[in-house]
Amino acid sequence: MSPVSLLHYRRPRRRLWRFNGGIHVPDEKALSNGRTIAEAPLPRHLILPLQQHIGAIARPCVAVGERVLRGQVIAEPSGYVSAPIHASSSGTVVAIEERPVPHPSGLAGPCIVIETDGEDAEVAPLPSLIDYRHIDRAKVLERIRACGIVGLGGASFPTGVKLNPGPDHPIETLIINAAECEPYITCDDLLMRTRAETVIEGVRIIQHLLGAKECLIGVEDNKPEAIAALRAALADSDLTATEVVAIPTLYPSGGERQLIRILTGKEVPTSGIPALIGVVCQNVSTTAAVADAVLDGRPLTSRLVTVTGRAIAEPRNCEVRIGTPAADLIAHCGGYAGEVRKLVCGGPMMGFKLESDQVPITKGTNCLLALTPAEAPDPGPALACIRCGRCAEVCPTNLLPQQMYWHARAKDLDKVQDYNLFDCIECGCCAHVCPSHIPLVQYYRFAKAASWAREKEKRQAEHARLRHAAKQERLEREQREKQAKLREKAAAVKGDGAGGGDAAAKQAAIAAARARAAAKQAASRAPDAPRSAQDAAQHSAQHSAQDAAQGRPPDSPPDCAPTPPREAATKAGAGAAAHTVTED
Amino acid sequence: MSATIISSPHGARANRVDLIMLQVLLALVPGVAAMTWLFGWGVLINVALASLVAVAAEAAVLKLRGRAAGPAIRDLSAFVTAVLFAIAVPPTLPWWLTVLGVLFAIVIVKQLYGGLGYNPFNPAMAGYVFLLISYPVAMTSWLPPQMLAEHALGLVDSARLIFVGAPPVGLPWDAVTMATPLDAMRQALDEGQTIAEIRQSPLWGEVGGRGWEWVAFWFFVGGLALLWRRIITWHIPVAMLAGLLVMAGLFWWVDPQTHPSPAFHLLSGGAVLGAFFIATDPVTACTTRRGQLIFGAAIGALVFVIRTWGGYPDAIAFAVLLMNIAAPTIEQLTQPRVFGHGRSNG
Ligand code: SF4
Ligand code: SF4
Repeated sequence: MSPVSLLHYRRPRRRLWRFNGGIHVPDEKALSNGRTIAEAPLPRHLILPLQQHIGAIARPCVAVGERVLRGQVIAEPSGYVSAPIHASSSGTVVAIEERPVPHPSGLAGPCIVIETDGEDAEVAPLPSLIDYRHIDRAKVLERIRACGIVGLGGASFPTGVKLNPGPDHPIETLIINAAECEPYITCDDLLMRTRAETVIEGVRIIQHLLGAKECLIGVEDNKPEAIAALRAALADSDLTATEVVAIPTLYPSGGERQLIRILTGKEVPTSGIPALIGVVCQNVSTTAAVADAVLDGRPLTSRLVTVTGRAIAEPRNCEVRIGTPAADLIAHCGGYAGEVRKLVCGGPMMGFKLESDQVPITKGTNCLLALTPAEAPDPGPALACIRCGRCAEVCPTNLLPQQMYWHARAKDLDKVQDYNLFDCIECGCCAHVCPSHIPLVQYYRFAKAASWAREKEKRQAEHARLRHAAKQERLEREQREKQAKLREKAAAVKGDGAGGGDAAAKQAAIAAARARAAAKQAASRAPDAPRSAQDAAQHSAQHSAQDAAQGRPPDSPPDCAPTPPREAATKAGAGAAAHTVTED
Repeated sequence: MSATIISSPHGARANRVDLIMLQVLLALVPGVAAMTWLFGWGVLINVALASLVAVAAEAAVLKLRGRAAGPAIRDLSAFVTAVLFAIAVPPTLPWWLTVLGVLFAIVIVKQLYGGLGYNPFNPAMAGYVFLLISYPVAMTSWLPPQMLAEHALGLVDSARLIFVGAPPVGLPWDAVTMATPLDAMRQALDEGQTIAEIRQSPLWGEVGGRGWEWVAFWFFVGGLALLWRRIITWHIPVAMLAGLLVMAGLFWWVDPQTHPSPAFHLLSGGAVLGAFFIATDPVTACTTRRGQLIFGAAIGALVFVIRTWGGYPDAIAFAVLLMNIAAPTIEQLTQPRVFGHGRSNG
C-alpha cells in the first residue's frame, strides 16, 4: 500500500442491512440525557412483585415479620424459566399480599413488601467468579440465575436461560442490543457512557459462555458519546472479534429481530428464536448486570430508570432500588410539572399506561414517562380506514396492518392469523402513521388475546372429547370382558369344546388389551400435558418483543372472552384484553 | 363518546385524513387555475357548484343513516371528489348535470357503500362515466382554449351557459364550443387523415392540444408537490404514465402516421391529472407496492387502448374504474413476503 493510500485508508464500514419501513420520530432524548445519574433515595416501603420476569412466578421464601438484608433471596425461582427475587435493601417483611403492579391490565399481583430500616445492610456478596474462563459453564450460568438477572430492556426473560441455547444451536454471533430506539428513554445511553468497561466485561463473559465467534454491539447513531465510550473501553480491552457498530437511527431498530437483520442480514424465522440462526441477542444493561453478578457476586437489586417527559420537573436517569414506588421516584425528580395526560411505563411507542403511580419499579422498568397533553394529544375518534397503505409501508415485519385491522374488527380470527397476526411485534409504527387514527395495535392485542382464549377453549374441548372417548372405550371394554367371562363360564359348565373356549377368552383378552392401549394413547394425547421447559422458553422468547411492552408472560392464559372487552378486562390475568376497543 | 385509547403508541400521530385531503386540494390549485385561465369562469363555477352539492349530499345521507355529518364533512374527502369531478367535466356542462353527477358520485358510489374507505369505485370517475354514458353530447362539447376562442366568455356568459343553457346573445352554440384535442384527433383519424395533416390545425401546440399542454404541466407540478409532501408515492403515477407511454410509443414507432406521439397522449387529455390525482385515490387503488405498479401500468395501457380503439375520446375514467374492480385481486396476489417467512437467510 502506498503512503498516500495509507493516509486515506479508513476502516471499511461494516455492511448493514435494512428492514422494511420503520419510522423517524423525534427522539426526545435530550430531555433526560443531559443530567447525571442520580441515586434515588431508599423508600420507606419496597414492593417486590413475585412476577418480574417471563416464566414461572417466584415462590416467597421469607415470612412476614422476618428481617432481611440487601441481596438476600426472598423468593425462589419455581421452574427452569423463572428467576429469584432479592431484597433490594435491609428491613422487615411487613406483608406478602396483592398489590398494584406495573402491568397493562392495571391489575394487582402478589408482592413482598419490605419496610426498610435505612441501614441498607447487605448480605455477604457471593464469591467473585473472575476466573470464569476456567470454571464450569454451568456454574457461571447458575450464578447469573442465582443473581436474578433477567432481560433489562423490558423483555424480562431470564438471562441464564437465554444464554443456554443448548448444543443443537451453535452460536456464531452475539449481538448486544444497545440501540435504545424508543424515544425519550436514555438509561442505556447513560449506562454506556458511565460504565462502558463493565459492559465490555459483560460482553466478554457472555461471549465466553456462548462460544460465540464474534460480537456486534449495535448502537443507534444518535448516541455518539455512548459509542465513543464503548469504543474506548473496547480498545483498552483485549477483546477481539468485537465491534461497536453505529446503526442509523430508525425506530424500531432495537427490536430484537430488526437489530439482528440490520447487523447480520439474517432474518429470524417466524415463530423461531434467534439461536436457530446462530445468534443470541442481549440488552446492554443486562450485559452489565451479568458482569456485576459474575465478577462481583452482586444480585440484581437496582437498575437505571429514565424518568422523563415534559410533565416531569427534572427529567433524568436514576439508579433505583427494585421495588421503589414510582411516585417516590418521580418525587425525587422534582415531581410532576403541569398537567399529566398520561403516565407510561416504558417508552411512548410500546410502553403501557399506568393507572396509578403507586406501582413499584420492577426489573423490567426502564422508563417512567409522564406526558403532557401536548405530547400525547387525544387522537380523537378513529375514522374509517382509507386504505392509504401508510401502515404497510412502515411495518418492520412487512405485514398488511390494514388487512389485519379489517379482519380483527370483524372478529374473524382465522383471517387475521392468515395475515400473520402473530408476527406482529406491536411496535406501533402502523398506528403512529395512520391518518385515520385507528388504534391498530389495540386491535392486534385484542385479536391475539382472543385467539389465545379460543385456542385454550379448543384444547379444553378436545380434552373433554378425548376423556369422553376414553370413558366410552373403558365401558365397552368392561362390557366385553364381562361377556367373555360369561361365555367362559358357560363353556366350563357345558364342559365341551374346552379348546374353543380358550380361544374365545384369548381373543377377548387381546381385544381388551388393545382397547386399553388405545385408551391410554388417547389420554396421553390429551393436550394439557405440560410442555418441556425449553419449549416454553422458546415460546416465550419468540414473543418476547410483544410481551416486553406489557410485562406479561406470554404463556399466561388470556382468560378473556373476545366479547365484550370491558367484561374481559375485569377478569384476572386478562392482560392484553384489558385494552378495550370501542368505536363510534 | 370517543374511544378511550389506552394502548400504545402514546405520542402524537403523524398524519391526519383531513390534512391529507387539504394538501390534495391545494395541489390541485395550479392545475385548476390554469384551466380557469384557459377555459374561463365555467371551471370555477363547476367547482363551486359541485362542492356545494357534494357537501349537502354527504350531510343528507349521513343524516338518513343516523350518523353525525360533521366529522365526515370535515375530512374534506367530499371536496376532493367534487373538485376532481368538476374539472373532468366540460366547463359548459348544464348545472343540473353537474348536480346529477355529483349526487351519483356521493350518494350511490360513496355513501351507499358505507362512506369514505368502503367505496370500491372512485366516486368522481364513476359520476363522470355515469354522465358520459347518459349524456354523451353535453359531456363532449368543450370550450376552445382562450387563445383559439373567437368569443371569450366572461363570468356572466359562463354562468348563463351553465345555468340557463344559452350561449351569449347572438352566437350559435357551435361558435362557442369546440371538441377536445383528443376528440378532434380521433375524429380526424376516423376520417382517414394522417397525423401530419391533422397537425396542421391551429388546435395543436408544440406536442399536444394547444393550451392543454399547460394544464397538464400545472397538474404535474401539483403532483410533484404531493410526492414531495409524501401524500402519494411514486408507484402509481410513474407506472401509469409509463404504461401509457410504452403502449403509445410502441404503436407510434410502428406507424407514426396513424398514431399520435406518446407526448401527445401525455399532454392532451387528463393523463397527468389522472396519474397523480385520480388513480392515486387510496381507497380504490391497491395498497401493496407491487400491486400499485401493476395497477398503475394497467391503467396506463388501458387508457391507450380505449383512446385508440374504444368509443369514447378520453379514457382515464373508464380505465380507472376497470382497474378498481381488479384492485382487490391484484392486492391479494402481491402481498409482500413477511419478515422471517420463507427465503434463505443471509
Ligand atoms: S394507515 Fe390507517 S387508514 Fe391507512 S391503510 Fe393503514 S389502517 Fe388504513
Ligand atoms: S404494530 Fe405490528 S402491524 Fe403495526 S407496524 Fe408494528 S409489527 Fe407491523
